[in-house]
Amino acid sequence: MAARHARTAATFVFFILLLLLPQLPVPEFWITQLNYIGLYAIVALGLVLLTGVAGLTSFGQAAFVGIGAYTTALLTVNEVASPWLTVFVGIALTCAGAVLIGWLTLRMSGHYLPLATICWGLALNYLMANMDFLGKFDGILGVPALEFFSISLNQGRTLFYLIWGIAIAAAFALLNLLDSRPGRAIRALRGGVTMAESMGVSTFRYKVVVFVLAAVLASISGWLFAHFQRTVNPSPFGLKMGIEYLFMAVVGGVGNVWGAFTGAAVVKLVEDQLQVWLPRLVGASGNYEIIVFGLALVLVLKYAPQGLWPFVAERLPARVRTRDWANAPPLAIRGKPARGELVLDVAAARKEFGGLVAVNDVSFQIHAGEIIGLIGPNGAGKSTTFNLVSGVLPLTRGAVRFRGESVDHASSRHIARLGMSRTFQHVKLIADMTVLENVALGGHLRASTGTLRAMLRLDRAEEKRLLHEAERQLERIGMREHENELAGNLALGPQRLVEIARALATDPALLLLDEPAAGLRLREKEALGKVLRQLKAEGLSILLVEHDMDFVMGLTDRIVVMEFGTKLIEGTPAEVQASPAVRAAYLGTEH
Amino acid sequence: MDFSIASILLLDGVTNGAVYALLAMATVLLFAVTRVIFIPQGEFVAFGALTVGMFQAGQVPGTVWLLLAMAIAVAVLDTFAQLRRGVALARVARNVLLVLALPVVVCTFSWWIAPSKPPLLLSALLTLLLVTPMGALVYRLGYQSLADASVLVLLIVSVGVHFALTGFGLLFFGAEGFRTPPFWDARFSAGPLTFSGQTLIIFFASAALIVLLWLFFERTLYGKALRATAVNRLGARLMGISSTAAGALSFTMAAFIGALSGLLIGPTTTVFYDSGFLIGLKGFVAAVFAGLASYPAAAVGALGVGILESFGSFWASAFKEVIVFTAILPVLLWRSLRDHHVDEE
Repeated sequence: MAARHARTAATFVFFILLLLLPQLPVPEFWITQLNYIGLYAIVALGLVLLTGVAGLTSFGQAAFVGIGAYTTALLTVNEVASPWLTVFVGIALTCAGAVLIGWLTLRMSGHYLPLATICWGLALNYLMANMDFLGKFDGILGVPALEFFSISLNQGRTLFYLIWGIAIAAAFALLNLLDSRPGRAIRALRGGVTMAESMGVSTFRYKVVVFVLAAVLASISGWLFAHFQRTVNPSPFGLKMGIEYLFMAVVGGVGNVWGAFTGAAVVKLVEDQLQVWLPRLVGASGNYEIIVFGLALVLVLKYAPQGLWPFVAERLPARVRTRDWANAPPLAIRGKPARGELVLDVAAARKEFGGLVAVNDVSFQIHAGEIIGLIGPNGAGKSTTFNLVSGVLPLTRGAVRFRGESVDHASSRHIARLGMSRTFQHVKLIADMTVLENVALGGHLRASTGTLRAMLRLDRAEEKRLLHEAERQLERIGMREHENELAGNLALGPQRLVEIARALATDPALLLLDEPAAGLRLREKEALGKVLRQLKAEGLSILLVEHDMDFVMGLTDRIVVMEFGTKLIEGTPAEVQASPAVRAAYLGTEH
Repeated sequence: MDFSIASILLLDGVTNGAVYALLAMATVLLFAVTRVIFIPQGEFVAFGALTVGMFQAGQVPGTVWLLLAMAIAVAVLDTFAQLRRGVALARVARNVLLVLALPVVVCTFSWWIAPSKPPLLLSALLTLLLVTPMGALVYRLGYQSLADASVLVLLIVSVGVHFALTGFGLLFFGAEGFRTPPFWDARFSAGPLTFSGQTLIIFFASAALIVLLWLFFERTLYGKALRATAVNRLGARLMGISSTAAGALSFTMAAFIGALSGLLIGPTTTVFYDSGFLIGLKGFVAAVFAGLASYPAAAVGALGVGILESFGSFWASAFKEVIVFTAILPVLLWRSLRDHHVDEE
């Protein structure tokens, strides 16, 4: 509690200072500097979201700043529209550009987006510099000042409030977003798409959303920039500036919202000093500061990849989540299949990788309330079968039906929506999210809050229900006391349990567990076995890939044994144990 | 536009495209072996052209100081790293000597001979000797310790290296541009076309380099080691192929290709310290066309970029860069329709 009060107090003092600053006899120079820092921070915020959180990046943010700036300059100089309207025109144009680039590149590997933004940033900058109606290299002069209810924001001191008001509002909107349903989906993007898609997250859509958000922030900064400088020309929107924006985010701390402000401040202040000192040192004029920036960028990535903010953050009291969801109503539950109903029907499923037949016409069925074990020696094709069933890999031939619906060519996202959920052999948790948040990601499809609602914090009622559900699943699996720990700090065994809780949070009808007992201690295994039996009693069906024979034998109703991609035998644990064929597969034959 | 103009533009485009092809292949090579998207490839081009230019002007080229500075930085870093690992002093001294020997010899000779305006061929040779070692040094300074970082981090490092190298270019070469004399100033006519000697040299050198690269990858152990690293770094390491050595070798090759490209385009245009970026980036568009994966596709893409550029500058000269760089959008559309797999990192 004390920590929380200290945090609130620190925030309060910071804002009072910010409010008073322009009224104090601070030299005009510093007000101007602070305005620039605010403008840069708005752009860097977008890059924090894009690079630090979602694991994408863009070198073309300056071009989006340029779209915002040129749009308002052109429209207000010709008195077509009020600047309070042109900001939205700028945003609309920016969105169109960002959606186009995002749509083209974000389906492919992560490096195509930054490459596209380099080219696009260059092309747009040349366009600005060569269009007659944009004033070519001279740009557009005489952009009017903003007016707010007849208060002219023509002074740095008055515009300060608007710039910093927007910067701080954007920072809080992003903080809200990151702590929400869409925010968790966005934070899952960096770890690759397989897990997020299996939880029902449309990774492509969220990547586009993040890129568009970052572009919109840049565009708003550009709008402010035009009315602050009262003139626009192509040079501040070139690729050099685009790279500098990224540099700010990286130096400040690309993983944290406040890193954007730190980076903007440090880079702006250092750049000014360098631009004075370096030419004197060299004895010629020129932008020598790029040498320092370039070297600093490499060094920061090498020695302090989290940037400067963590050094500040460790001196601040840590944020603790208040537990306010105890009375939240439970999330809706889907209709479950009746006991004994056919849930999963795998018919002659086949997967070939080139000439290798990894899964050779394997068939089996799972009925509601059954636990089926899938066992076999290493390389038998168990995990491939698993990936075929869950839609991670496409079938070469054969059919898979889930609750009567063919899912041969369905995406793993669609399969998740139908009520099949899974864990991963190589645990896929988001290391820098708490255990509770990781499990809440499982509830993604059971809630509906969108990005905008989350940013405005209108999602709290639903958020409480999600967190309540996550906590309930952790309780069930015996992990509740770890809910506020970072998932990356857990040992492998508990991490597997968290994955099961996350899968349960999707409210599945069929649970696919890939080696859930690996890395667990005996006690934990017994507890897990108890949970799985309880789930079975509730009517859930489970498909289990496992190496631990005691665990499988004691738990399952039936076992499918695979060897070299082919189904060897299917039967009760007793039948399998008695089978000479199985013994031969595991231990070899006697001659 | 009539046939003769079209054929002149085509020749012009193919000539530039041949240089872009070299750069695109260097990009593909580096990405395959080290996963580095090497934005500063063009800087080597500018360094190459400027070095020859300064030799011809009787000045000591800036590359001399840059190479020395980089070699000393690497020597210092290596010394510290090896001493910390407890390597014997004699061995450390020998390793440092190995790093410094070639740069010091080449730099001293260049510094000595530069005022007497060495002949063009000697200048060209010295240029290659000055720029090529920079590849491995850049790798050592910028990338080696980050070899296991994600493609994204390596890409951001590349941008940092691009900034630093451009700034050093300004520092060591100054803001003045250079245009070098052609290696062969003969002219040949064929119908409406006039081939200059330099054009022929560009075609010949590009073709020769492509063939050499092919032979290197197909016929030599080192080439196969690089290919193995490109397919699977860990697997190659288990086979005794050092991924550090593979990285240094491929960066050396990239620097060589860059310097050679600089020699080839030096006589066709005035090169400034920051001209390399745009040239390199055009090679890049071609490499993206090839999905950063296929050498032949990169070469085809590069010819396309060159032709697009020459026709673009004929129709709308102010917008030629806009046209070339906007062309990446349809290329990306085509690629995303062709293979829209997303890899796991």
